[in-house]
Amino acid sequence: MKKIINMRRAAGDFAENKDIAKKLRIEKIMPALSKGNEVILDFDGVSGATQSFIHALVSDPIRELKNIALDNLAYKNANDDIREIISIVYRYMQESLSGSSEDE
Amino acid sequence: MKIFLSNQGNLRNFKSFVESLDLSNPEKLEITTHDKWVTVHPANLVVTAALAIQVGKGNTEIIGELPETGRYLDRMGLYELTKTFSPFIFNKKEEAGRFVPIKIIKTSEDQSRFITDMVPLLHLSEKNARVVKYIIGELVRNVLEHSFTENGAIVAAQYYKKTNRVSIGICDNGIGIWKSLNTYWHPKMDIDAIKLALTPGITGTTRKEGGTSENAGAGLFFIKSMAKITRNYFVIYSGRGEYTLLKYKKRIKGMPRLYADPSRDPHSETNTVPNFQGTLVAVDISLDETKELNELLVSIGEVYDKAIRERKRERYKKPRFI
Repeated sequence: MKKIINMRRAAGDFAENKDIAKKLRIEKIMPALSKGNEVILDFDGVSGATQSFIHALVSDPIRELKNIALDNLAYKNANDDIREIISIVYRYMQESLSGSSEDE
Repeated sequence: MKIFLSNQGNLRNFKSFVESLDLSNPEKLEITTHDKWVTVHPANLVVTAALAIQVGKGNTEIIGELPETGRYLDRMGLYELTKTFSPFIFNKKEEAGRFVPIKIIKTSEDQSRFITDMVPLLHLSEKNARVVKYIIGELVRNVLEHSFTENGAIVAAQYYKKTNRVSIGICDNGIGIWKSLNTYWHPKMDIDAIKLALTPGITGTTRKEGGTSENAGAGLFFIKSMAKITRNYFVIYSGRGEYTLLKYKKRIKGMPRLYADPSRDPHSETNTVPNFQGTLVAVDISLDETKELNELLVSIGEVYDKAIRERKRERYKKPRFI
C-alpha cells in the first residue's frame, strides 16, 4: 500500500515548522512504514525547507527502521533545494548508523 | 544598565558595541545615542530590545535629544518598548522602507506567520527570499527550542539598498549557549560553547552522532557558512563570549573555503565582554554574492559530511602497537 502525504497542505509554502514535521513523523510516517507501506512525501507547491524540518521528519524513521525506511520512503516533486537537504540528512544519518552502538 | 547606540552600528563594529554595554544595575535600562547620527544594525537593535523587555517598559527610557536619524528607532519599534514618548512624527501607512521592525515570536505558529509576512516587507526576489526564510526559520527555531525563555525570539531585519544587503538580528534572554550545551559537552567558557555550537553535528540535546529525532546540530554551521560564502559578517554573542566571522576579502578569487572548525575561519573572539544572559545571532547576506540556495547547500553539505565522518573516525579504536 502507498501512503501519500501532501506536504504543501501540511507544512505550507516553506517547510520550517518542526512541530508539524514531528506530528507527521509520529502520526503518519512511522506507523505506515512500520506496517510495511510505502510513504510518498509530495512536495508539490513547497518552495523550500530547512534542514531542521527534514531532520525532524525523517531522521527517526531512518534511525529506527533503517532499510525499511530507506527503501520505502520516497519524495515526489521536491525541488533542487529540498532534494539537496534530504540528501544531506540521508548521508549523515546513514553515516551515524554504522557502528552507532559505540556512540551511545 | 546603559546602552549607547553609535553612528557605526554594523557587524564589523559589533564587538565595540558589546564592550560599551553597561549591564550593571539590571533593574533599569537607559538608552542614549550619538548626538549627530545614529546607525543601528538589527543586531544592536534586538539586543537593546531584549534588555528592554527584560527590565520592562516602565524601567526603560531613551535619554537625550536624538538626531533626525533617530527616527529609525521609532520606525523599528524601539520606542514601543520604552516609557519614552517618541519625538518623531510619521505616517506608518506611508512607510516604503524595506525593513522588518522588532518582532517577538513565541510559538512555532508565530514563526510560520512571521516568515510568510516578513518576506514581502523586504521586497526580495524568490531566490533571495528562500535564503532569508531559511536563515530566519533556523535561527528562530533555535530560540524557541533551546533558550528556555518566556519572552520568545526577538527579531529584526533591514535591507540596505546601497550595499544590496539584508541584515538580520535574532536575540533572546534565555539560558545562553553555555548552559544549553553544558549537559552533554561541558564547555569551559562561553566562547568555547559558542564555537562548539558552530561545529557541525554538535547539539545540546545529545552526544550521539546523527543527533536526536529533533536535533542534528547543523543549523548554526549552515548559517555561518552562508555568511562566509556570500562574504559577509556573522556574529554570536552569549554570556561573556563573542565571536565574529570576518568578511572574506573580495580580492580573493573563488568561493571561500568552508571549515568545520570555527577557529580556522578568519574571525575575532573574546570571552571578556559584559555578561549577557541570553544569545544574539546576527548575519549579513549580500544579495549580489548570493548563489542559488541549492549551490550553497551543496557546498555546505560536503563540508558537513566530511566533518561528521572525521569526528566519527576519531572515536574508532586505534591499533595497539607494543
